[in-house]
Order: sequence, then C-alpha cells, then structure tokens
Amino acid sequence: MVAPHGVTGMLGEDGIHVDMQHLKSGEVNLGTSIMAINFKDGVILGADSRTTTGAYIANRVTDKLTQVHDTIWCCRSGSAADTQAVADIVSYHLNMYGVTNNEAPSTQVAASLFQELCYENKDALSAGIIIAGYDPRHGGQVYSIPLGGSLHKQSFAIGGSGSTYIYGYTDAHWREQMTEQEGIDFVRSALQEAIKWDGSSGGVIRLVVLTKKGAVRHLYLPDNGYTGPGVTN
Amino acid sequence: MPGFDFSNFNRNAALHARGVPLPKATSTGTTIVGCVYDNGVVIAADTRATSGPIVADKNCEKLHYIAPKIWCAGAGTAADTEFTTALISSNVELHSLSTGRDPRVITCMTMLKQHLFRYQGHIGAYLVVAGVDPTGVGLYTVHAHGSTDKLPYVTMGSGSLAAMSVFESMWQPDLDKEGAVTLCAEAIKAGIFNDLGSGSNVDVCVIEKDKPTNLMRNYEKPNERGLKERNYRFPRGTTAWLNQKIISKEDMKKYVTIETLSGDDNLAEKMEVDS
Repeated sequence: MVAPHGVTGMLGEDGIHVDMQHLKSGEVNLGTSIMAINFKDGVILGADSRTTTGAYIANRVTDKLTQVHDTIWCCRSGSAADTQAVADIVSYHLNMYGVTNNEAPSTQVAASLFQELCYENKDALSAGIIIAGYDPRHGGQVYSIPLGGSLHKQSFAIGGSGSTYIYGYTDAHWREQMTEQEGIDFVRSALQEAIKWDGSSGGVIRLVVLTKKGAVRHLYLPDNGYTGPGVTN
Repeated sequence: MPGFDFSNFNRNAALHARGVPLPKATSTGTTIVGCVYDNGVVIAADTRATSGPIVADKNCEKLHYIAPKIWCAGAGTAADTEFTTALISSNVELHSLSTGRDPRVITCMTMLKQHLFRYQGHIGAYLVVAGVDPTGVGLYTVHAHGSTDKLPYVTMGSGSLAAMSVFESMWQPDLDKEGAVTLCAEAIKAGIFNDLGSGSNVDVCVIEKDKPTNLMRNYEKPNERGLKERNYRFPRGTTAWLNQKIISKEDMKKYVTIETLSGDDNLAEKMEVDS
C-alpha cells in the first residue's frame, strides 16, 4: 500500500497503520555511500561525507567512519541521530569490555552488540551499519547489519542509498587477498562511482585502513578527482 | 471510571490517518551561526521571535548561557530551546562542582544530544553549542532528533541557507577575533534581510581563551525605526459641527438607568458579571 503524498498513516478495517520506515520530518539523514572490505593485511572502511536534511546539505564534510574501539570501526547509514546513539552505546560497552577483561574485544563481539541494539529496537531505528575491525586472533573481519537487524559476515560489504549503483561494479572488480594499495584503489573507485550516480552522496571520500599496525586515515578530495591528499594521520 | 482517559488518542490517530494535520507548535524562524578563530569562538543570532506570520517579539534573546565559557544559540521551538539549555546548564554546573573541573563543551554537547534523542525529536530544540575549555575551542550543532556535527563554521534555523552562503564565500582558515565577529554578524544580516522568519537586530557572543566571555547584545541594529516625517494627528477643531447639545444627568435617566457607585475597592467583586 502506498499512502498519498504527505500522509504517513492509514485507517484500515483492522485498525490504524503507520509507515514506520518514514523518517520524521526534519530528521537528519545520511543518504549515503559506505563500504568495507577485507584485504591481505586487514580491512578498509570507506564513506562519502554528505549529510542531508531534505534537499539541504547540512554537512558536506561529515565523518561517517566512527571508532568504537582501537581497531574496530563502523560505517553509519540511515538516520544520523539513531546511528550516532547506537555507536555511542556500543563504544561505551567495548571500552568497559576492554578494561574489565584487560584484552581488546574481538570484531565479532562488537558486531553482536550492534546487532542486539539494532534488532531489539528495530521498530524505532533506521540504521544500516557496517562493522569492520582487526584483531590479532581473527585478523580483519567485515560484518553488515541492514535495516531489520540481521547480522552478516562478509568478505566485503556495501551500504547506503549509493550502494545500489555499485553492486555490479564491486561484483565485477572484487578479488580476494588484495594488497593494501589495490584495496584502497578498489574502495576509492567504487565510492567515486556511487557518488557520481547517487544525488544523496557526495563531498569527500574518507577511508580508514585497519591492520596490526593500527588505524590509518585517508582523505580524497573532489578538487583533484579523488586522487589525494591520501594519508592524513 | 477512575484513571486516565485515552479515548482521544484513538480519535487523534484516526484523524491523522485521514490526513488531518497535527496542530503546529510555536516556533522561531531564526538565523543562528557560529565560527571558530585562532584563539576562541564566536556565536551570533538574530532577535526576531515569530508565532505563525506574526512577529511575537522584535528583540528577543536567542543566545543562552550554559556555563561562563560555554554558550548556546537556539533555533526551533522557543520554549524548548529555553528550557533545554536551562536544564543542561544546571546539570553542567552540578557536574563541574562534583568533579572540581571546568566544564567541557563536548560534555555539554553529549548531555544535550542524549536528552534530545530520548525525546525522539518531540523537543524541538536546534542548537549551536560553542565554548572554550581546557582541551581547547569547541563548536557543535545539535539537531532536535539528537544528531550532532563538529565544524569550523556552522549555521542553523530557517535563515541557515542565507547565512551559510556568506560563510562559504567569505570564511578563511586564519581568522582573527575581529574577522570572526564581523563574518558572523554579516551571516546573521544575510538571514535578517533574506529570510522572512528572521529579522531585527544582531546579538553576538565572543568566547576567548583566558578572557572573560563577552556578550554583545544588539551588536548591530540594522532595522532601527526612523522618525516619521509626518503624522495623522489632526489639530483640535478640524471637524466642523452644525450644533451642540449638552445632556444633563437628569435627562439621561429618561433613557437609561444610572447607578452611582462608591469608591469601595471590593465593589468590583460584588458586581455580577454574565448573570
């Protein structure tokens, strides 16, 4: 059933139906292109930087790659408020885990925490999250949590409104066990394609490379066709 | 039957489902901005408060105190910005007393976002949080649903588009205090002149490291009412009349009943109204 424009509820014989997928008016949205991949030495996360409120770009240099532990990060898509709140809660739990067990949490633990929050509150949240992390025992891992709150371990994951445009691209160009440079080029060119076709994605491309050496941030600007400046820390 | 009556909830839901819009809350069409510079941060706001198409207050204050070196500019529902900032200000002061440290901007921002997120956007407060703390300079925006952004220059409210166009064309990374104040005032003026929801005067607040905060109320008044060159007051005797008749109190009694009242203060209460 499709409600007429501007109407979010419907009165049926069996009661009142409200479209829960509909964002509250004025809500800040991450119409997004995000992805994370496994490569030879770890994982790479990537995202565009556009945040929108309706047709207005509320932030053109957003950081959608959020750290929840030393080498466990996530890509956020959907409602900005919801994903920030979820990431803050997970970050708190992982920090507590780290100090009480005197050992860094695994990526799977982080992903399970995300899933718990996304599934149990699925009616109230619009959050599509990709979790990627490196831990010494399992190496690099990528998990995806789409809207319903299911959890999928994948060799690479794409998400957000822009991802629909690059299913073919990523599928055609994906290779297991890429080198770091090959991985960076793969993510960067895939996101460049997503940004090109998706109006809700844009701005700069941010990357995070997670290996046993830790987290390294990269930045690619539209000024020079997303070729640089590269490493930023 | 004792207890709450929820029957109106079903009525409202049914009306909503049939497309009847919810009643509109009073909100302030607003322009608010913030901008960091080498040694501090500046926030600014217009001073127009509206309820629907009516200007409710021509010179209201949208710059709110949180802590001596943390201030907030508010857009959205006027009552919500007022009470949310007052609540967080109180909690920030208690927190500061409890820890024995100066409050931080990020603490204040986190308290605001968690409060607003809990209310799922029903508290219509859109805020620019700015300040200086032991970690440095901070400038954030907080939206009603609880999302936050950290940027070197920010705008919010209905005039945010006009104000952002000023920042995007004139902002530079090496601004000094005077440059930042001028730029913020210019951005607010863009809102005042180009956005119907914004108007009247410019308020500016400068928060600088190792210096007392400087609130410049009505920093600029670009809309002062000029003196009227002419008026519509007619001099006595302008209207001509053909005759004049003075009616005495006794004559008046022929037409209406007259009751003489004493000067007693309690008299008004004794009089029956709408009987």
